Amino acid sequence: MQHPPVLTPEPGAPSQAPATVYKRAAARGAVFQAIQSGASFATVTHAAVAGEEAVLDIRGFDLWYGASRALWSVAMRVPRGKVTALIGPSGCGKSTLLRSVNRLNDLIDGVRVDGDMLLNGDSIYGSGVDVIELRKRIGMVFQKPNPFPMSIFENVVYSLRIDGERDRRVLEEVCEQSLVGAGLWEEVKDRLQDSALRLSGGQQQRLCIARAIAAEPEVLLLDEPCSALDPIATGRIEDLIEELKGSYSILIVTHNMQQASRTSDYTAFMYLGRLVEYGPTRDIFLNPQLAETEDYVSGRFG
Amino acid sequence: MSTATAPSPQAPRSGADASPPRSGAGVRRSGARRATSLFAHGEPLVWLTAGSLVLALAMIAGLLALVVAQGAASFWPQPVVRVELDGGRVLMGEVTASEDYRPEPSVLDALSPEARVRAREALDTSAGSARRRMLRIGNYELTNEHFAWFSDFQQVPGSESLPEWALVIERRTWGRFYGLPKAWRVDGKVETTDPAEIHERLERERELAEERHERILVLERDEIGELNALQERARLAVRKAELEHGARSPQRAAAEAELALVIASSEARFGELQQQIRELRDVNRSRELVLVTADGIEQALEIGNIVRAYPANRIGSVEALGVYLSRWGEFLADEPRESNSEGGVLPAIFGTVVMTLLMSIAVVPFGVLAALYLREYARSGPVISIVRIAVNNLAGVPSIVFGVFGLGFFCYIVGAGIDDLLFAERLPNPTFGKGGLLWSSLTLALLTLPVVIVATEEALAAVPGSMREGSYACGATKWQTIQRIVLPRAMPGIMTGMILAIARGAGEVAPLMLVGAVKLAPELPIDGNFPFLHPERSFMHLGFHIYDLGFQSQNSEAAKPMVYTTTLLLIGLIVALNLAAIFVRARLRRRFLAGAI
Ligand SMILES: Nc1ncnc2c1ncn2[C@@H]1O[C@H](COP(=O)(O)OP(=O)(O)O)[C@@H](O)[C@H]1O
Ligand SMILES: [Mg+2]
Repeated sequence: MQHPPVLTPEPGAPSQAPATVYKRAAARGAVFQAIQSGASFATVTHAAVAGEEAVLDIRGFDLWYGASRALWSVAMRVPRGKVTALIGPSGCGKSTLLRSVNRLNDLIDGVRVDGDMLLNGDSIYGSGVDVIELRKRIGMVFQKPNPFPMSIFENVVYSLRIDGERDRRVLEEVCEQSLVGAGLWEEVKDRLQDSALRLSGGQQQRLCIARAIAAEPEVLLLDEPCSALDPIATGRIEDLIEELKGSYSILIVTHNMQQASRTSDYTAFMYLGRLVEYGPTRDIFLNPQLAETEDYVSGRFG
Repeated sequence: MSTATAPSPQAPRSGADASPPRSGAGVRRSGARRATSLFAHGEPLVWLTAGSLVLALAMIAGLLALVVAQGAASFWPQPVVRVELDGGRVLMGEVTASEDYRPEPSVLDALSPEARVRAREALDTSAGSARRRMLRIGNYELTNEHFAWFSDFQQVPGSESLPEWALVIERRTWGRFYGLPKAWRVDGKVETTDPAEIHERLERERELAEERHERILVLERDEIGELNALQERARLAVRKAELEHGARSPQRAAAEAELALVIASSEARFGELQQQIRELRDVNRSRELVLVTADGIEQALEIGNIVRAYPANRIGSVEALGVYLSRWGEFLADEPRESNSEGGVLPAIFGTVVMTLLMSIAVVPFGVLAALYLREYARSGPVISIVRIAVNNLAGVPSIVFGVFGLGFFCYIVGAGIDDLLFAERLPNPTFGKGGLLWSSLTLALLTLPVVIVATEEALAAVPGSMREGSYACGATKWQTIQRIVLPRAMPGIMTGMILAIARGAGEVAPLMLVGAVKLAPELPIDGNFPFLHPERSFMHLGFHIYDLGFQSQNSEAAKPMVYTTTLLLIGLIVALNLAAIFVRARLRRRFLAGAI
């Protein structure tokens, strides 16, 4: 746990005074106290979420790294064709939740899970699920750009290659579409055979996005995709997420409140492995139901 | 070495100059801060580390400088010196060593009276030490020695000279000859006695003689060799038919008839070839160079026996360079003669390179597979740790032990098994059941396996986890991830392992003595006879060649230059093999590792 909870309520700070009136000002801090004391606690999910069709349905999901528990019955419906942001202080389990969706945590020794998730109605953790096939339905982009040590072209069509696709025409078409989709085509179309490692950091991250969307994933997971990039590259990625909205269902982890409020339709606030509040981004930022959420999004802690 | 300031306060100072007593001493330091000590800066450590590096570099540079200087210089033609010694002996040859020593008084007793007086005077002025020099005097068939020491005081004063026409003759047999040209004879008739003309004739005729010599070699080795191989094959066919079908079988009779046919047809050709060879030899024998040695003895040398001849004291630096280069050419491109102390080392170069390449081909895939299993598939636990420790310790096993293992396992078990199965007709002569190229390569592959495994494991561990995760997230299986991401990315590191293995393997000698390196291999392991690569043949190796020249040769003084040049060559070869591998690695690096972040 990187952030010891320091939750001194300071309602009197006028410069940071929220625009809305607290609904439960009296109970400020009660939720965090409940979480820290291990008491049971129910996620506050806004009603607007229920109206959306879920591409990914996380149902009471728990995860342990060995003996230490990282996720506590997380329940969350990720809507189709929308951008959903995961926010919360460092170490609260955002990446863990994201990596649970495509079962990357299976690779870590000692990980144990309970509960299930449904991807378009198909169980992810059910017995007999082919993890390899499952991962092909999900795209993921990591915090640090991780292009493969091969050409730009081969990077983009990697998921087709491992499926044994040989048809040059198909590969070229997918490569172009994905690079156009990731807003990188114009910059690299003349040097597709160059090593991907020679691209700049921002370009590499967009290449990773192109690689992730080349397989036409049902859901796209982005884990702090801009945290290793400079502001200009970050702006480009944010524009890109805006463009991908609609054609892809995106679940994005971000540390940056502005980014969350700018790019996402829905926002989920996590704390110490629990999903605290989940609702439309506008409501979470301007009219949260919990004072703790308000404190966090306004930068009062975390 | 320590210049650190004393950490504890000195004994309390007495006197009135004392500053106000510190209240609560030790709680808070007042006044000037202590200067950071030299130790804290690590200054002495810098000297220590730099000193160690300099020492290591100096030793390596010294070794290299010795080998390079000696190896590069030994082929340069030296002037021929003629000296008359007290007592009438005359020596002529090339100075190969010079040193100061303290002669025993008894040495002087052997001198004539006047010489003894002169020697005493000389020794007195030089405080008892004298210079002595070693001459390579050659002419072994007359003198029974290749070298002779003489001290300056033994010389007749003023007798040292550089005879203008003194010739250095390098011969195919009997070593060098030093003498003054007397005559050029053809078929016993003297054609000229003028030194310049003799030299000119010699130059011209030697080229022709060389061509004839080459032709003889071709006839002997290729043509007659082929006939012999034919006969041998037919003979083996008979033996095989006997083994497979019995001594009285029709198959054996057929093979017998075939053999008779082969012998009959080759016999005529055989005679023809021998006639040709005899004629060529006769021509080479008929032209003779007559020389007079320093002792005044006349000796006739056949042109066919002369490899190189030059008037050492007449040639300028251009001609000297010519001799130098031609010696290097011979060294690199010819076969050895005179029990390896003269001639070239081509078979040894060849053997070393082929053996090292075969070794790499064997060791790299094995090592990489083993490392892949250890690093990627095996569950880490005590067993894997023990395996890893065992592999690392394997690198510390004396190499001769690997040689013994190679001999016992590869030659006597695997090789003998192969012989029984495939080459039964040649028994009791072993084919694979003895030392050979293949077994040497495999033995060295075993020896260098730990190097490759350790380097590969490190390279695999250095592949960023983020790349693997990226691949898994794309839906790749473990094997696809290893094959497409991990191995290419680890390839430069694997190449480093291969480079280390080559460096280790190419310089290894001890195990090779047991499993296939020989002093003189009659045939190269690769030749024009089917199946072209003969992995069962024994081979020559530069490292073994050095040992053999330096320590097993009867004429080790004459072989000394060859030891240096061969060492130089071996080092050069290893460097070249390494450079090639490094070049490939750099290309891989550019492809897989270059770039931003
Ligand atoms: N591989 C791991 N092994 C053990 N604990 C882990 C591992 N990865 C993450 N954790 C722990 O799980 C918790 C959640 O981590 P993470 O999901 O990375 O947080 P976030 O992405 O929100 O910063 C943290 O307490 C972290 O220490
Ligand atoms: Mg994270």
